[in-house]
Amino acid sequence: MLGQGHPHPANLKGYRGVTNLEFDIKTLETDVLIIGGGTAGCFSALTISENSNYKIIIADKANIKRSGCLAAGVNALNAYIGKDETPESFVEYVKRDSEGVMREDLVYSLAKGLNKVAKKLEELGLPFLKDDNGEYVQRGRGSIKINGENIKPILAKALEEKKNVLVLNNVNIADYLIKDGVVIGAIGFSLRENIVYQIVAKKVVCATGGASGIYKPNNPTFSRHKMWYSPFNTGAGYAMGIRAGAEMTSFEMRFIALRCKDTIAPTGTIAQGIRASQINSKGEEYVSKYGISTTHMRLYSTIMENLKGNGPCFLKTEGIISEQQGELFKAYLNMAPAQTLRWIERNTGPANENVEIEGTEPYIVGGHTASGYWVDHNRQTTLKNLYAIGDVAGGSPKKYVTGCMVEGEIAAMSIINTIDDTQTVKSDVCETNAFIQYFSHFFHNTDFYYTISEVEQAMQKIMDEYAGGISTGYMYNKTKLRIAANRIEELLKLIDGMRANNLHDLLSIFETLDRLYVCKVLIKHLETRKETRWKCYQENADYPFKDDQNWMKYVNSVYEDGIVKIVLRELVGRDKTYEHTD
Amino acid sequence: MSIQIDKDICIACNKCSNICPGNLISTDNDSKAFIKYPQDCWGCTACLKECPVGAIKYFLGLDIGGSGGYLYTRNQKNHIDWHIVSSDNRKHHIKTKKDESNKY
Ligand SMILES: Cc1cc2nc3c(=O)[nH]c(=O)nc-3n(C[C@H](O)[C@H](O)[C@H](O)COP(=O)(O)OP(=O)(O)OC[C@H]3O[C@@H](n4cnc5c(N)ncnc54)[C@H](O)[C@@H]3O)c2cc1C
Ligand code: SF4
Ligand code: SF4
Repeated sequence: MLGQGHPHPANLKGYRGVTNLEFDIKTLETDVLIIGGGTAGCFSALTISENSNYKIIIADKANIKRSGCLAAGVNALNAYIGKDETPESFVEYVKRDSEGVMREDLVYSLAKGLNKVAKKLEELGLPFLKDDNGEYVQRGRGSIKINGENIKPILAKALEEKKNVLVLNNVNIADYLIKDGVVIGAIGFSLRENIVYQIVAKKVVCATGGASGIYKPNNPTFSRHKMWYSPFNTGAGYAMGIRAGAEMTSFEMRFIALRCKDTIAPTGTIAQGIRASQINSKGEEYVSKYGISTTHMRLYSTIMENLKGNGPCFLKTEGIISEQQGELFKAYLNMAPAQTLRWIERNTGPANENVEIEGTEPYIVGGHTASGYWVDHNRQTTLKNLYAIGDVAGGSPKKYVTGCMVEGEIAAMSIINTIDDTQTVKSDVCETNAFIQYFSHFFHNTDFYYTISEVEQAMQKIMDEYAGGISTGYMYNKTKLRIAANRIEELLKLIDGMRANNLHDLLSIFETLDRLYVCKVLIKHLETRKETRWKCYQENADYPFKDDQNWMKYVNSVYEDGIVKIVLRELVGRDKTYEHTD
Repeated sequence: MSIQIDKDICIACNKCSNICPGNLISTDNDSKAFIKYPQDCWGCTACLKECPVGAIKYFLGLDIGGSGGYLYTRNQKNHIDWHIVSSDNRKHHIKTKKDESNKY
């Protein structure tokens, strides 16, 4: 079964589970199916609908008006070609920040589209800060100031008006439908009614975001979901691709955020907005002691200061004027309201006290680092007719909101140009029935002494202790990873015995299943890179130094016959038009 | 991090349960909303902004420094009113205009 690590549900045909089908089946046929209506998915749908009459279905587990990373809003557009910058200099900046291992070709094609999509957001109604000449005001060299509180409602509204777009809210996609190695659609279940959706499409776009909740979080008790990345992006898109044998890249380049303590609110607003420096408990500015100030070194230096007993570390805000404080209160309400509440409920604020900072648990997120599907120049995956965009797509760090949108646009244009040559393939009735049986069997399982929530917590604890979580200062070694790998396999085997009492339980089972698949691949990637390329993100205690001689390459993998097989690939240069050839 | 819904204020419109990105809000027999999975709340405030009557209180868990205060909102056409009640019961009001960009 899915839970026991078999390669793909096509193998479910022989499954002899319960035959009592409690779900109604709805079969839908469309030209393009977009899985996940977040930033990337919505923008891709908008591009297709504005440039063609093809029929599009967006299926989202939540309501696209507030789903995904940007439910609370977005602070600034963090990928933009600012004054005196060029797409070429953007590539150099991302390359430096990623220690040289990223897809220059993908970053370059994305960089060329950034400013155009920013303009489009303005046309759709997003407020931008402008100077006297009507130019966007920058926050740092590649970021611009906006009011992003309403970004998701704006994107959702733009789609509402399109006749060729059908939005299925509250439908959780569980897996791809595959025939002869080609992706022909996807299957999922409603979170409101007992309906299984079987959607067949000529082209499928995966836009489900990255994966949170893999590691034990900063706040593991009551506020366990007060994390940086959306706790509802559970790596479903990665897991579906893994199970179907898609090639994945750079999972070992995890993302760990430096955030405000407890509320896990962004720090960039303060660090860049009012140019606050990072200080330790003695008031010393410490980052420069550790070398150049890349994103991961600002984090690493904070972890090291704490280990040396110099913590806690802070952003130095004491003494800012009350007007600045007032603006910070508002900026946080527009994207991370918990931080403003945290200040005001204690009648304090950043003008009176420095803001304590900490590192989060690791996430797998291709919008910040390079983990995700291995894609060609059109963002097509190694599975025929399947595209990947946004945080689920790999190779292209620091894409952020605007970069995710450009990827959506690139995939959209490739789809429009090639879809006429593609036939819709009917799905296999046996395969669908096997899926339905698989969904139903959880409702027939008897109560088990383990709940799905306990499986999730066990997974997070294993990953924390043995695969480089917060408790080990993000470091791991081979022996630890072996233990993690074995324990994750044990947990995967338990999944099929879980009991569901309602559709939300079924959702939780799939979320945990998907995270376990991500763990499996992640562990293998961490083990493979025999060097330390990115402090904290990938810190292999057996090989504590960077090794440019041997490791200026991508660690990729393909899941086949229950085994994660590693493929090492040479770096792809900026001007290459990359196609999948082998 | 979580929310609490005041049943006496709730008018059973279902808007909060339709919007929550984690599908965490449910309705009881009289169609009034309640948070079914309080520990799974991300704290995004999507539900607060949908609520037409300000029935939803948003608070920090004790494990992340909560001290008894809370926040609720009224989403107006051109701005959002944020009402924050501090732990010593002082009332604060902040207005964020929808057409005004962040300064930082
Ligand atoms: C808290 C936070 C703040 C950020 N702030 C900024 C910022 O200020 N500036 C900036 O430029 N970038 C920012 N980013 C980064 C940026 O938001 C992301 O890179 C971008 O939104 C990712 O877009 P996406 O479409 O890949 O994912 P998302 O927008 O998260 O969309 C993924 C969608 O997939 C859906 N989904 C997931 N699984 C399934 C499934 N199984 N079936 C159906 N649907 C599913 C989800 O509900 C969601 O709607 C921030 C990110 C976070 C988390
Ligand atoms: S704050 Fe967000 S995650 Fe929490 S209940 Fe409301 S909508 Fe759901
Ligand atoms: S949005 Fe407000 S009024 Fe409507 S159901 Fe929810 S709590 Fe009640």
